[in-house]
Amino acid sequence: MKIGTPKESFDGENRVAMTPDSARQLQKLGYDCLIEKGAGAAAGFSDAAYEEAGVEVVKTAASLWKAADIIAKVRQPNETELKRLTKDKTLISFFNPAGNEEGMEAAKSKGANVIAMEMVPRISRAQKMDALSSMANIAGYRAVIEAGNNFGRFFTGQVTAAGKVPPAKVLIVGAGVAGLAAIGTSTSLGAITYAFDVRPEVAEQVESMGAEFVYLDFEEEQQDGAATGGYASVQSDEFREAQLAKFRELAPEMDIVITTALIPNREAPELWTKDMVEAMKPGSVIVDLAAEKGGNCKLTVADEKIVTDNGVTIIGYTDFPSRMAAQSSSLYATNIRHMMTDLTPEKDGQINHDMEDDVIRGATVTHQGEITFPPPPPKVQAIAAQKKPEVKELTPEEKRAQEIAAFKAQTKQQFTLLGVGGALMLLVGLIAPASFMQHFIVFVLAIFVGFQVIWNVSHSLHTPLMAITNAISSIIIVGALMQIGSGSFLVILLAALSVFMAGINIFGGFLVTRRMLAMFQKS
Amino acid sequence: MEFGFTTAAYVVAAVLFILSLGGLSNQESAKRAVWYGIVGMALAVFATLVGPGSGLWLLSLLLIIGGGLIGQYVAQRVQMTEMPQLVAAMHSLVGLAAVFVGFNAHFEIGNVAQVMAIKDSAGQADLSDLGAFAKLIAKKTSAELAILHVELFLGIFIGAITFTGSVVAYGKLAGKVTSAATKLPGGHALNAAAAGLSLICLIWYTSTGGLFPLILMTLAALFIGYHLIMGIGGADMPVVVSMLNSYSGWAAAAIGFSLGNDLLIVVGALVGSSGAILSYIMCKAMNRHFVSVILGGFGGASGPQMEVEGEQVAIDADGVAAALNDADSVIIIPGYGMAVAQAQQSVSELVRKLRAKGKEVRFAIHPVAGRLPGHMNVLLAEAKVPYDIVLEMDEINEDFPETDVAIVIGSNDIVNPAAQEDPNSPIAGMPVLECWKAKQVFVSKRGQGTGYSGIENPLFFKENTRMFYGDAKQSLDKLLPMID
Repeated sequence: MKIGTPKESFDGENRVAMTPDSARQLQKLGYDCLIEKGAGAAAGFSDAAYEEAGVEVVKTAASLWKAADIIAKVRQPNETELKRLTKDKTLISFFNPAGNEEGMEAAKSKGANVIAMEMVPRISRAQKMDALSSMANIAGYRAVIEAGNNFGRFFTGQVTAAGKVPPAKVLIVGAGVAGLAAIGTSTSLGAITYAFDVRPEVAEQVESMGAEFVYLDFEEEQQDGAATGGYASVQSDEFREAQLAKFRELAPEMDIVITTALIPNREAPELWTKDMVEAMKPGSVIVDLAAEKGGNCKLTVADEKIVTDNGVTIIGYTDFPSRMAAQSSSLYATNIRHMMTDLTPEKDGQINHDMEDDVIRGATVTHQGEITFPPPPPKVQAIAAQKKPEVKELTPEEKRAQEIAAFKAQTKQQFTLLGVGGALMLLVGLIAPASFMQHFIVFVLAIFVGFQVIWNVSHSLHTPLMAITNAISSIIIVGALMQIGSGSFLVILLAALSVFMAGINIFGGFLVTRRMLAMFQKS
Repeated sequence: MEFGFTTAAYVVAAVLFILSLGGLSNQESAKRAVWYGIVGMALAVFATLVGPGSGLWLLSLLLIIGGGLIGQYVAQRVQMTEMPQLVAAMHSLVGLAAVFVGFNAHFEIGNVAQVMAIKDSAGQADLSDLGAFAKLIAKKTSAELAILHVELFLGIFIGAITFTGSVVAYGKLAGKVTSAATKLPGGHALNAAAAGLSLICLIWYTSTGGLFPLILMTLAALFIGYHLIMGIGGADMPVVVSMLNSYSGWAAAAIGFSLGNDLLIVVGALVGSSGAILSYIMCKAMNRHFVSVILGGFGGASGPQMEVEGEQVAIDADGVAAALNDADSVIIIPGYGMAVAQAQQSVSELVRKLRAKGKEVRFAIHPVAGRLPGHMNVLLAEAKVPYDIVLEMDEINEDFPETDVAIVIGSNDIVNPAAQEDPNSPIAGMPVLECWKAKQVFVSKRGQGTGYSGIENPLFFKENTRMFYGDAKQSLDKLLPMID
């Protein structure tokens, strides 16, 4: 089969979905590669380079669409391109299925299969084809570079002969892929970097990148990111208030603010309000990576750079990956190539569109004349769900009921024990003579006291406990002493031996206990 | 002196003993508690000496002092690692003393019977020559006498088991007898036969009062003690020692009954219940039934054991030192191997160095680590490890996932993940220290091979486990200069 990549029709789009490198890999899978003339020019890949890699250069888009069985491109196809789809053609591209009903309908009516790159599920196995992440990585990096380009100072602090330079302070809102890339870039340039995210579990990732995580003073069970495939979800009003209050506090100190907060399929949340912009120092820079979805800052103008009255630059470009077309094309082309690898398990140049496969199923939006969006949840969880404490909060009444039940059970148990014990005691009393019973009562009481006392002995003192019980069990000396004075020689001898042995035990036991206890010291 | 004084002194002594045991609830009050015990004992001995019926007090005093000197010598000389042996040896003395006292009681009964027999001539027996105990016997009715027979029989029986059992336990703990579970052909049938013989002797003895059944029973009990403990493997020794502790108490209590002495009964019951509770705690910590421990040998695998995959990866001191230098939190899990190698001082030094660098170092002590309840705590205390960083299993088990380095020194079964992962393992269900959840685990061990229980330990094959072979003390001493 043939894979073709047309020149991107979207204005200003520099990326290309196939590079000479990826073409070589695709050919190993058994595919023939086609490319439209000049498709890679903006990204720095000449037609000659493609030809050298064995790619056939096709003159027009129309003939390319006609010749190729599989079309790989970057941007969402426009109407003309959709019309060119036919049955049995497969399109691999960003497709924005959630906001592109007509596109899906068109593809469906044509009977073409469409794989939307943004729908690749976020599971470990699919990371190699996760184009959103690879593009976000570039956007994050570029956002810092773009900010630096518009920021009139150093990132890193320096003490020079010509004066002291304070380090720049950078706040990154949203620690997704783009956010983390921005954190990495910013810290490696030397800026003091702060980062915020609504998902508290990313604090560790943020700190691992060298930034400081901004914690809120907020006591609410926050939603586990795992439930939403690692993406942020909508927050409660109270949480939003606490978050904005924190940002207000930080705004005057920050030199550069990079906002990357996006919630899937929704308008970007407003996080950086007008008053925060006004509170910032002149010369500060805001880069709004959410500009395409309305922006995290309402002053942002998509695709433009503006300067506010108080001298704050707000950058609302939406084409950061395209601004680094060589890099982003090679990453995107690799993502496509990995997708093709998964689609071609036999490496025979034939697509096997396996709808049982989590990744392929998830990314497919139309298949054999049917719309297959939205996909069912993947069988594999995106992120291991955080262990939730299983004990659910009990209401006071329930707690009370439980306590009462436990108390009742305990009472019942104790009554049974006492009853049985008492009955046994009475039985013994019926048979045994009174003198025995006197001692027997002492015996039972002593056992009882013993049990009460010993349970409290600390675990670490069990060895001293044994030594001391050893010493006091030599109380048997008392018996020997009572016998030593009376009777025959044999009795005296045995009693004397007993006294002697007990003597060893008493002194040995107590002294060794003291020795041990003296060693227990507090730090 | 009056009988009332002795009784009063006994009451005070009994209270002091209870306070003494109760005082062991924490380390500070324990130091006071020992004194309660000493005073109680002194009071009891004094009251008995001056009390009615004792004679030859000079000889008694000399014997006590003589025994005391030996006791003191032993107590000062004993190594902390030898505590288990010492405790076992002392149990054997109590057991033997109980046997002797029991036999004496038997002889006294005979004496009294003789004296009573000649009362016909005068119409009243001449009891003036007899001691206090004998006078007591003389007053007894025949029913009481029968009970007395049973009591002293029991006292001798338990005492004899305690004696040979403790001697064998001592031998095993001191390494003088093989620690493996060994049984004579016939196994528990022999024990049962001996017990049955004892029961026959009991009936015989109570009906005739003769010496022969008593001696026969003593021999049988001695055999039971020997054979029972021989059949218990080294890993179960903590239970055995605390069980013998319990027995020595019950023996004292039984003797107390036969002598009609309440102090003996009280103290015997205290010690007996203390030992019983300790045995219970130990058994629970190993997830085993008391009966199966006593009957000896490990319960046996209930199916094919899980195959252990992977290989044991060795590491040298440099590697361990590097990891320790990088670590922020360290948990050390000591076991019997540390005691054997006398490595506690080196461990303490290591801890001191790591703590000086601001690292969090803690100890995790499994309830059955070592060969005696609380064995590790005592060893670490001897090496001046502060007791507030020495934690119990339940206190620390949840902290392993946040720990950088776990060091296992000479323990095996108590860190065996098979207890949780392999339902067919002989130790399945036993609570273990989950050290494999730490980021890195170092196991200091003499060489490859299984531990006391003979069970393969999958921990040693885990990816994050490195084996630090060698004698624990030498390994640690090699490691110490590299920690900076």
